[in-house]
Amino acid sequence: MPEARVIPLRPDDDEPHVPPPSTGSWEEQVAGGLDFLARRLTGEYETDEFGFDPDLTDHVLLPLLRPLYSRWFRVETHGVENVPDTGGALVVANHSGTLPVDALMTTVALHDDHPARRRLRLLGADLVFDLPLIGSLSRKMGSTLACNEDAERLLTEGELVGVFPEGFKGIGKPFRDRYTLQRFGRGGFVTAALRTGAPIIPCAIVGAEEIYPMIGNAKTLARLFGLPYFPLTPTFPALGPLGLVPLPSKWLIAFGEPIETASYGPAAAEDPMLVFNLTDQVRETIQQSIYRLLLQRSSVWG
Amino acid sequence: MPPAVVLVTGVSRWLGGALAAELAHDPAIERVIGVDTVPPSPELLGRLGRTEFVRADIRNPLIGKVITTAAVDTVVHMNISSTPAGSGGRGPMKELNVIGTMQLLAACQRAPSVRRFVLKSSSAVYGASSRDPAVFTETMQARRVPSGGFAKDSVDIEGYVRSFARRRPDVGVAALRFTNFIGPRIDSLLTTFLRMPLVPTALGYDARVQLLHEDDALAVLTRATTGDFAGTVNVGGEGTLLLSQVIRRLGRLQLPLPAPTLGSIGRLTRRFGWVDYSPEQMRFLNFGRVVDTRVLREEFGYTPRYTTAEALADYAATVPPVIPPDLVRRATARVQGGVERVGATVDSLGGQLRPAPATPNLQAVRDA
Repeated sequence: MPEARVIPLRPDDDEPHVPPPSTGSWEEQVAGGLDFLARRLTGEYETDEFGFDPDLTDHVLLPLLRPLYSRWFRVETHGVENVPDTGGALVVANHSGTLPVDALMTTVALHDDHPARRRLRLLGADLVFDLPLIGSLSRKMGSTLACNEDAERLLTEGELVGVFPEGFKGIGKPFRDRYTLQRFGRGGFVTAALRTGAPIIPCAIVGAEEIYPMIGNAKTLARLFGLPYFPLTPTFPALGPLGLVPLPSKWLIAFGEPIETASYGPAAAEDPMLVFNLTDQVRETIQQSIYRLLLQRSSVWG
Repeated sequence: MPPAVVLVTGVSRWLGGALAAELAHDPAIERVIGVDTVPPSPELLGRLGRTEFVRADIRNPLIGKVITTAAVDTVVHMNISSTPAGSGGRGPMKELNVIGTMQLLAACQRAPSVRRFVLKSSSAVYGASSRDPAVFTETMQARRVPSGGFAKDSVDIEGYVRSFARRRPDVGVAALRFTNFIGPRIDSLLTTFLRMPLVPTALGYDARVQLLHEDDALAVLTRATTGDFAGTVNVGGEGTLLLSQVIRRLGRLQLPLPAPTLGSIGRLTRRFGWVDYSPEQMRFLNFGRVVDTRVLREEFGYTPRYTTAEALADYAATVPPVIPPDLVRRATARVQGGVERVGATVDSLGGQLRPAPATPNLQAVRDA
């Protein structure tokens, strides 16, 4: 039969199937939990080549982050309509807060507040993947190493990729420098977008700067542990583990209008001047958007 | 043009023997010569058919005589040892892998009849580290060049094979970078590792594992031997699994241990000859490795019949699980049954405590 063809049972068959978290009566929830437990014990769930485990993310990791998202930081999202429903796109955001809580909150925002419930695939520093437990959990949540090969592979597969080009310079900056963007790496994210023709979505995050105000940096300790910085905050390490509780600042996350890159063509990635200009354009857009959000926020604790 | 005389090294191992047997079935091939230092087991000997066995060491120049006198035109080099345990320690293992390959290549270079060389290499050449991209293509190199062990040997061997290809441009050279083998019959590092009821892993790490079924490995080797593909190709099944997932699907128990203690356990188990936890094996178990197989499917022209998950399922049928999946399902079903009963009781109790509002007295209304 030459006209025979495979008709997928699920419309989007390349997405690994994850049973939706059960909502409803407590009996259904218990049944859903037992189902999840049986799946986990027998290994009958799917993971992808980056180590992403959607089953664990949907049933354990995201539910753990949700109270932090809605109750503690009371995150407000703006402009989710700027994030496309399907296809690859690169979300570029400012980085702050000593620990990458902003990355986790943006993941929750795009999953819970976007109509297409998009999954943000974060790009992380190699230090993250060197750490036991944190490294493997990050991969299970969908992160992968920040390198052009991985970024381009994810974008080609139509994933929404999240990147923080400031890196450690942004997340580990002193509290007095809050809301001033640092240098944007070497523009690797722009070349990845140009090669794949994916739009760049500038994203401004306000609120993360105040969760762990870094008033000092113990450089000797940082060297000792092999970390890029060792934060001293008003509560850490003075109050011990209690100092790890983030301050409940009010958060605003705004997604800006997409910057289209497809018209330049993949060869444009080899033009350093264009890459620099685009990098600056994205950086300037995010900085302006941060200033606007700061004016919008009535107080730090909002 | 199919090869006339094929020489297979490492024929006494499962995969080498299976390839020789497969080639011996092909009437287009005149002669199949199998070489190894140890004779094949009687059971394997039965399957080898018309394969001629030559007991020789590839480290010995004698191999050159075998190649020239038999006018070998295709050499399949599979005598590469991945564990020190199988070859009597790391010293002999390196000797066999590196010096053996050099000797074999030297003999091939002198033999004008040779026109095809197939190397069974490994994706271990990409190393395994936290700085790796998630998926390796053939053009990528290890981010951290492997410093020792099998991975270092594989990198060296590929280097020698590349220089051989430069010196003999008339010879078609195919280097096959295999991922981990699995299947009911093959005996690989991973199959022994996963046969343990209690599988020790590094605490806080979970490797991404890509598997290749033994049947697919055999088919790719056969195709590489009889076909004309030249170049380097990654060979692995589609899809990946996490190591924890592999252990769970096999019904084994995972024993996460802090990475430093795993080293001493490795020394202990190596002494008893069980499982070999070399430092590079450890790194692989921490980070794992995935390769891109586009070249295999599109240029080499073979799509593996088994995905990673299917290959594992086929292997799982031969290892009795410690925790049968049925048991898990029965247990959760029983708990759920209990929950439903409790739920029903609560509902009925609630019904008794709060009686349903009485239905209002309805009276028939007379028609007007």
